[in-house]
Amino acid sequence: MPRRLPRKDVVIVGFGWTGAIIANELTDEGLEVIAFERGPWRDAPTDFPPGYMQDELRYRIRHELFLRPDQLTFTFRNTMGQTALPIRSWGAFMPPNGVGGGGVHWNAEMWRFLPSDFVLKTHLTERYGAAFLPPDMTIQDWGITYDELEPHYDRFEYLCGTSGTAGNLRGKIMDGGNPFEGPRSRPYPTPAQAQPFSHTLFGKAARELGYKPFPQPSGNLSQAYTNPLGLRMGPCTYCGFCEWFGCGNYSKATPQTTILPHLIRKSNFSLRDNSEVVRINVDRSGKRATGVTFVDSSGEEWEQQADLVILSAYTMFNVQLLLHSQIGQPYDPVTNTGVVGRNYTHQTISSVNGFFDNKKFNFNPFIGSGSIGMCIDEFNGDNFDHGPHGFVGGGYVGQVQTGGRPIESTLVPPGTPAWGAEWKKAVKDNYLSTVKPGTGVHGSFYAYRDIYLDLDPVYKDRFGRPLMRITMDLKDNEIKQNKFLTDKFAEIIKAMGAEKLAVQYRTAPYDITTYQTTHLNGGAIMGSDPKTSVLNKYLQSWDVPNLFVMGASAFPQNAGYNPTLTVGALAYWSAAAIRNQYLKNPGRLVDA
Amino acid sequence: MRRILQSRTLACAALLSALTACCAHAGSPDMQEFTQIERGRYLSILSDCAGCHTVPGGRPFSGGRAIETPFGNIVSPNVTPDLETGIGAWSDDQFDAAVRKGIGRTGAHLYPAMPYTAYTRLSRDDVMAIRAYLSSLEPVRSSRNANTLPFPFNIRSAMIVWNALYFTAGDYKPDPTKSAEWNRGKFIVDGPAHCGACHTPKTLLGGDRTDQYLQGANLQGWSAPDITNSRRTGLGSWTAEDVALYLKTGHNRTSAATGPMAEAVELSTSRMRDEDTKAIATYLKSLPGKTDEAAPAQVDANVMAAGGAIYRDQCSACHGIEGKGVPHLFPALAESTMVRSNDPTTAIRIVLRGARSVGTKAEPTAPGMPSYGWQLDDGQIAAVLSYVRNSWGGASAPIDAKDVTRVRSDTALRND
Amino acid sequence: MKQATLATIALRRREFLAGTAMLLFSATTVKAATIAGRLPWAPNAGSPPPPIKVGPWEFFNGDEGRAIEALVDCIIPPDPETPGGKDAGCAVFIDRQLAGPYGRQEGLYVRPPFQAGAKNQGHQSASGPAQDYREGLAAFDRACRQRSGGKPFAELSGDDRIAVLKAVEKGELKLDGVDLKSFFTQLVKDAQMGFFADPIYGGNRDMVAWKMIGYPGARYNYLDWVNRHNERFPLPPVGMTGNAQWTRS
Repeated sequence: MPRRLPRKDVVIVGFGWTGAIIANELTDEGLEVIAFERGPWRDAPTDFPPGYMQDELRYRIRHELFLRPDQLTFTFRNTMGQTALPIRSWGAFMPPNGVGGGGVHWNAEMWRFLPSDFVLKTHLTERYGAAFLPPDMTIQDWGITYDELEPHYDRFEYLCGTSGTAGNLRGKIMDGGNPFEGPRSRPYPTPAQAQPFSHTLFGKAARELGYKPFPQPSGNLSQAYTNPLGLRMGPCTYCGFCEWFGCGNYSKATPQTTILPHLIRKSNFSLRDNSEVVRINVDRSGKRATGVTFVDSSGEEWEQQADLVILSAYTMFNVQLLLHSQIGQPYDPVTNTGVVGRNYTHQTISSVNGFFDNKKFNFNPFIGSGSIGMCIDEFNGDNFDHGPHGFVGGGYVGQVQTGGRPIESTLVPPGTPAWGAEWKKAVKDNYLSTVKPGTGVHGSFYAYRDIYLDLDPVYKDRFGRPLMRITMDLKDNEIKQNKFLTDKFAEIIKAMGAEKLAVQYRTAPYDITTYQTTHLNGGAIMGSDPKTSVLNKYLQSWDVPNLFVMGASAFPQNAGYNPTLTVGALAYWSAAAIRNQYLKNPGRLVDA
Repeated sequence: MRRILQSRTLACAALLSALTACCAHAGSPDMQEFTQIERGRYLSILSDCAGCHTVPGGRPFSGGRAIETPFGNIVSPNVTPDLETGIGAWSDDQFDAAVRKGIGRTGAHLYPAMPYTAYTRLSRDDVMAIRAYLSSLEPVRSSRNANTLPFPFNIRSAMIVWNALYFTAGDYKPDPTKSAEWNRGKFIVDGPAHCGACHTPKTLLGGDRTDQYLQGANLQGWSAPDITNSRRTGLGSWTAEDVALYLKTGHNRTSAATGPMAEAVELSTSRMRDEDTKAIATYLKSLPGKTDEAAPAQVDANVMAAGGAIYRDQCSACHGIEGKGVPHLFPALAESTMVRSNDPTTAIRIVLRGARSVGTKAEPTAPGMPSYGWQLDDGQIAAVLSYVRNSWGGASAPIDAKDVTRVRSDTALRND
Repeated sequence: MKQATLATIALRRREFLAGTAMLLFSATTVKAATIAGRLPWAPNAGSPPPPIKVGPWEFFNGDEGRAIEALVDCIIPPDPETPGGKDAGCAVFIDRQLAGPYGRQEGLYVRPPFQAGAKNQGHQSASGPAQDYREGLAAFDRACRQRSGGKPFAELSGDDRIAVLKAVEKGELKLDGVDLKSFFTQLVKDAQMGFFADPIYGGNRDMVAWKMIGYPGARYNYLDWVNRHNERFPLPPVGMTGNAQWTRS
């Protein structure tokens, strides 16, 4: 029987980006806010110091900053006819853990979605007709527009000190930026980062092919910056240890560098780490959350009552908690009813590696940052006519290589033996002259009827609760999209002067063992119809009005961009609705 | 009729004289009066009473904090108005004698861990205001442990001799040849803020070495820097604005407050009024400090090479390849007097153990530095510090590995 | 801080009325830190990686150790410029990894039931790397002896060793129950991992692998090199515990 703690106004479940954003907003309203984080407290100078952070084995290969599958994992299958088996060791994605969440180890790639992405169903149907879309594709409009979200995109970008070159300033297309982006109200807070050699060369090759390359918008700052909360950040020093790693010199935008030192000083905020929320409690009517139950590091259960519950535990854990707490009807793909677990998506990633003449090219690949790179957006979203190609969606492509850490970046040209004297020589000859973009092709992943989340019938977690089950495969649409994009990307790499290319397409079946990205989305999507969404446009639960669910779980489908900027913008948007509307009049903000 | 008038007059007179007697007894405006309490609150901030009398995270002013002295630990008493365990039952004279003369309630001498040698410069009115403020606080029932000074230091009467040597009682006397601002600065520095307690070196017996006034001292495992206007080791390269900003926010374009100074900033200087931090800056910048320094010894070329390699590979991540740091975030080692101090204890210990700089309302970031004691040996730390002290136009005596060994063992059992 | 709105005042009033009866403050405390008011800090904070202990095998026995040394020297042969896998310490690296949490598959989900699945559903057995190596090496040894008339791998000539490994790689050398090909693939991966990891883990001794490829090691600041395109970076590699440049006297 859990024991009760003194009541608070707001309880926040999971303390990554959105948890920190919401905590800062709601404490400014004078509310008593407590946040719970399953993982440990993390602090930039002591947990990610320049003394030992550059440890590829520890942080990339053994992924020490991430959740341990034994703590919580999922089961996986491609199709409904298969038996799902546990993900015993992470592969395709790697869930975060600890204060700061994914905001600690991310690359800080800061992309806005396109205006058309938010009204995708309407837009594509209008342009190509409903028959052009695959019959089992379940994309939806988001229920909000880019214009509504724009001020919040701006806010998050300025919180982070984002380094970039504007492409569309209030409708005016600007040289050097992304000409396809939605209009932004003001320029980036800091200029774009300097680009190392291979990235610059890609930009040159792309331009010569007629594209409009631009620097990737970066949360690794190009110069010292003071954010609106008075927090100071330093310039990124291109250490090449960004994704998977924490940043030791205050130059990566993270909750630690952009929010926490300011937030922690407020007397109405407190945080418990090493506390895992296992259930959101609702009253007997099922329409009102009363708080959460969490387990401390000794395994004891406690109850934290609150009037407002914010679920910000990352896509997968958001959906899982809703299922375990029996909030919202679980999705059934057979009858196509229910909402919790539907429209689950990932990202369609592939790349092309280029091998250059080492007598002519020295790329110093170890000089990099998480969000470095020259990119082109000609093939993203609906930026081009899909009519002739027979697929929808797209993505940006770019030389976005973040570093040259040797365990993973000692590639050999295709055909080279995998071991032995030839291998050794090829490694030596190619390390400095290889282009390895990583997520060079970064494509959308649209939603389908039979790609979803539910609870597994067999496997259990350490608390005895069922694991969540992932049913996911790669559909023809995404395979076609990826082939198209990858071929275009390969052209540019070749135009850079590569002698040999290693082209990697993303192909079916969806593979849980090789890393793609941790951009998992959906399962608790937002929308305008409670029959096909879990949340209304303000991220408020249709079923339980004093519950708001932050994060990419709200995305009805994924666009061809990294999700975090949109995740943060949505959190600000939702916070504004809570502050300006909900607190004055608690209840449903949108009539069903 | 006359009788009633007489008795009324008598009554009024009695009342009046009673009131006068009451006021005469207090000697000053009403203890519960708002302006008095506010004045006392501000003076207690200038005096940083909380720094010794409040255990961090504990009940305010209830004492119990161990204050380290070269002679042993002294535990601060409870100065809340609790009648039994605090100072609620003390008379005003007793309180004043404690604060300005170092004499306890029973007549026993206080140890100068209570800086009465500085507080003597407060006026009696000042002390009464502080009293008014303390009396407005929540009484806390908490008695402290006995002092833990070893023999012979636990013989309080020995303080009579010490006081004869080192204590000159008396209010602050302004210097008429100097500006009001300068005098205010001197009053605060020598009086309530008692900066010399840390920044003036001490004799063997613990008294001030007045010939080295505010030129830096070593205590509690830290070296407090020179805060005179000396160019190389003091505030000579800071403007008065730099000094004031440092006191106000804990940071300025080149430096950050850490260790015991972080606490002094947090509890005291960051809460001072702007005119007071400005006055302190004006005063300190007027002190010439050391002038007759011998040229420092040459640094071995190999040491510079090794130190430079370590610096490039590690320190430059934050402090920059040119030692310029990032203003208000990473101290500019190229301009750091802390790093160039004659006593390198603080620089060594920061490298060994890491540090957290202070977070204030104006500068909330509170950047931290990681510890390198696990990674660098004593010779390497000596080399990198020697390199930093002698680069970018600096020239200071090199650090010896023995210095690092000493600080490493001195700080091994410390909690800060 | 803004004033609380009327609604929040109403919320607080409910709290006051409903909340007080069932509180348990001090009877037992929650075993999880509460962080409030200031950023936590302690001296010597952080968790630097512990270096491996130089010395005898911690996981392999003598025969296994000899076999692994021979194997890593085939995977990464010595040449005049750069040592091979054995002298670079790759066998030591693998040994220490298997003896540690990685070998024990700590943190992985090892709960039953174990069912075979599709390859893209990932590893589904209870055995972890330590067990896989033990069994894999034993099976490899048996298969090798069978093929070479009783000689263990370590006693074969250089050419014979390569022939054996090529046969394994093609799937021609099999043994019932053990997938030698996937064992060898893992071994190649681990040997090369040890070759390129920080020397603190036992392999890449003296940073020989990093010197070979021109990787400058565990550095953090390339601000002065970002805009220097197509130039060779001149500084020698440095590991987490430094390099020779850090101590010159």
